[in-house]
Amino acid sequence: MLRRHPVTLALAVCVAALALLPLGYIAGYTVDVGWSGIQELVFRPRVAELLWNTARLVVGTVACCVVLGVGAAWLVERSDVPLRRVWHVLLAAPLAVPAFVNSFAWISLLPGLDTYAGALLVVTLSYFPFVYLPVAAAFRGLDPALEETARGLGLSSWGVFRRVHLPQLRVAVLGGSLLVALHLLAEFGALRMLRYPTFTTAIYDQYRATFNGPGATMLAGVLVLICLLLLLAELRLRGRRGYARTGRGAVRPVRPVRLRRLTLPSLVCLAGLVGLALVVPLASLGYWMVTGSSAAVDVPVLLTTTGTTLALGAGAAVLTVALAVPTGWLAVRARGRISTVLERSTYLGSSVPGIVIALALVTISIRATPWLYQTVPVLLAAYVILFLPRAIVTVRSAVEQSPPLFDDVAASLGASAPDRLRRVTLPLLAPGLGAGAALVFLAVVTELTATLLLAPTGTTTLATAFWSASSALEYGAAAPYAVVMVLLSAPATVLLSRDARRGLTT
Amino acid sequence: MSSLTVQDLTKSFGATPVLAGVDLQVPAGSLTALLGPSGCGKTTLLRLIAGFDDPDSGTVALGDRVVTGAGRSVAARRRGIGFVPQEGGLFPHLSVARNISFGLSRRQRRDDARVRELLDLVGLDAGLAERAPHQLSGGQQQRVALARALAPEPSLVLLDEPFSSLDAALRDETRVAVASALAAIGATAVLVTHDQAEALSIADQVAVLRQGRLVQLTDPRTLYRQPTDLDVAAFVGEAVILDADVRSGVAHCVLGDLSGEWAGPGDALPDGPARVLLRPEQLRLGAPGSEAPVARVLRVDFYGHDSRVWLQLADGAAVSARLEGTDVPSAGDDVAISVRGVARVFPPRAGAVQGTAVAAG
Repeated sequence: MLRRHPVTLALAVCVAALALLPLGYIAGYTVDVGWSGIQELVFRPRVAELLWNTARLVVGTVACCVVLGVGAAWLVERSDVPLRRVWHVLLAAPLAVPAFVNSFAWISLLPGLDTYAGALLVVTLSYFPFVYLPVAAAFRGLDPALEETARGLGLSSWGVFRRVHLPQLRVAVLGGSLLVALHLLAEFGALRMLRYPTFTTAIYDQYRATFNGPGATMLAGVLVLICLLLLLAELRLRGRRGYARTGRGAVRPVRPVRLRRLTLPSLVCLAGLVGLALVVPLASLGYWMVTGSSAAVDVPVLLTTTGTTLALGAGAAVLTVALAVPTGWLAVRARGRISTVLERSTYLGSSVPGIVIALALVTISIRATPWLYQTVPVLLAAYVILFLPRAIVTVRSAVEQSPPLFDDVAASLGASAPDRLRRVTLPLLAPGLGAGAALVFLAVVTELTATLLLAPTGTTTLATAFWSASSALEYGAAAPYAVVMVLLSAPATVLLSRDARRGLTT
Repeated sequence: MSSLTVQDLTKSFGATPVLAGVDLQVPAGSLTALLGPSGCGKTTLLRLIAGFDDPDSGTVALGDRVVTGAGRSVAARRRGIGFVPQEGGLFPHLSVARNISFGLSRRQRRDDARVRELLDLVGLDAGLAERAPHQLSGGQQQRVALARALAPEPSLVLLDEPFSSLDAALRDETRVAVASALAAIGATAVLVTHDQAEALSIADQVAVLRQGRLVQLTDPRTLYRQPTDLDVAAFVGEAVILDADVRSGVAHCVLGDLSGEWAGPGDALPDGPARVLLRPEQLRLGAPGSEAPVARVLRVDFYGHDSRVWLQLADGAAVSARLEGTDVPSAGDDVAISVRGVARVFPPRAGAVQGTAVAAG
């Protein structure tokens, strides 16, 4: 099959190589440093402390997110709690508030949150939708016929939950947990602001202190190793069984479980969660907008920064989707081991934390292409590596909607190859490409870590402008940038709450 | 519309041969059904004719024009062959009208009359023109797909199992509509199917494909009455197959002495062991007592318009008979069997011992 797409294959190989560049850099560097160097740089109390900090934060956050996510998803999808659709959107909405904005909102109100408990609270409130959305989608996809069959075989309600629902939710819960863990390992802004030291903040400090010492790179190596172990663990736990419905036809809607006397407590719980995750940060931003001592909003600067951010986001979106097309196309049209490897390597590449990708690109561009150092192309390359999977997932499902049959039929009707592309393939792919571009665009708008390290001197985005103002404790000056970011991210939330399986697979 | 000639077409996928030298002749203006079990290569043959794939060797010609063969291959889009895929394959982003006019020139595409004419040809209401494909039933989608294939006036139309995804009632209705549309314009058409009833009822000639080879090419009646071998016989309909012993033109078997018609090479019916083919509707049941052989009724499948009666013969073999009307025996009855018409006589099974056939007679 691959023989028939030589150009596409070559392009997909180049894309995979780009995605794996940071990983390759870290691996190569580790080999250069050698075993004795590793011992000296890695086996020291500081690293152990970071490891402990990171591990307990990841474990705690994942546990809290699973409890909150599964509980909320069950209430919204399976019970008769009032206003289910409204709750669904509100529970996805915290994704519109970047984690570093959320932590700014909390710490600026409660400076005492710079503890483990504070970090746990803030990142859980930021990340629980990553579990909520796929689990809610899984609940929705559960075939009621399975539940009815199980009841017919004599299972109790608890038996149904344990032996029918839970196994089917497993993939969603594991996938969501992996997302939370990977995001947390890559999280820089939120934890830095909460003064909670983890690998990312330590790498950043090392980088600022020694620019590019082996110290920073070896810390990055340990971080990458943890990410890879997590990916492997998730693959092993998920297993090989299929959980897709085997039957055809539409799924009947389920009859929701009656809450009766538990309705009010359930509403209070949901309201409390939404209040903490959404109302507190938005209220805090509003408060600083109105009362901040440095609240004099410099409108022209805000507009310029927004313009820069939008331009970077649009550029990255177009580039990323264009680069995603060969890989997504091959994954569907030339299924096989090579296509799978090419697709997976982009996922692997983007699971590397943004700070590591930025560090690798800084070093590589200084050494190999000094004329590219601190230029927009390098920044765009980082965005591509970070957000490729979002585009590939959407391109892939779009290609699946356009089977080769349509190409054959169009050919039999006399359409030439360019004609077929214009009249059949592109119209069929367009919605998927658009959705992919939108997801990448919105991710770029709120990207902080890689932008901090790679943005050309004088180029300021909303995220970096917000960052420098809030770092200088000018809360009033920082708030407008955060508000613009939240407003720009809101559409993404609507997109995600509609189709939870799409775009979350980063 | 032109005729189609396929000569010695071969195709392998990797080491697996799919077509092993197929010859096929389809006269202009006729409908030929390609009949075979799944995996026999019929869809591959269709794709080679359409030009979606290239054969390893062999030629395909439309009328006098060779489109594949002798090292050259005309691109699918220049062949002028209409194609109706399995589930219609309507472009989901285009309306019914835009689907139908897809293959027309830019100027013709603006002409609504042509679309209406084609919708009328396939028996659909002109009001469907602005619908989206997903708003149509499966049968309507198939008819629109046919209209789309016919729009550029192709010299040949290929239909790949066009009715297999439809439920029984819709299938008959759609089949009739498609057949009459094809007949109305005198189209040359090749239809792939694994459904023998469909092939027999719709086609002018049936080509039976088995393991990449064309086994028989003839009209439906001949195919049913004079199948080339017993496998074809069993594939195109229910068959009663019995061991027999032939002596001076008469086949002696468990159902008595039957007048036989030789299916092997040569004209005369050779003496010796053989197998005879009867169709279930050739068996008639009566009250026992006469000279006729007696059988025990095992089971009766009642279909309303007719019934199938499962019978156990004297030698223990089970056969079925088709009876019309409501006057059918019940399980456990003993009945006398008589045979009407001629039995088709085939050579014995390879390695069969002569004695068993004699004993059966």
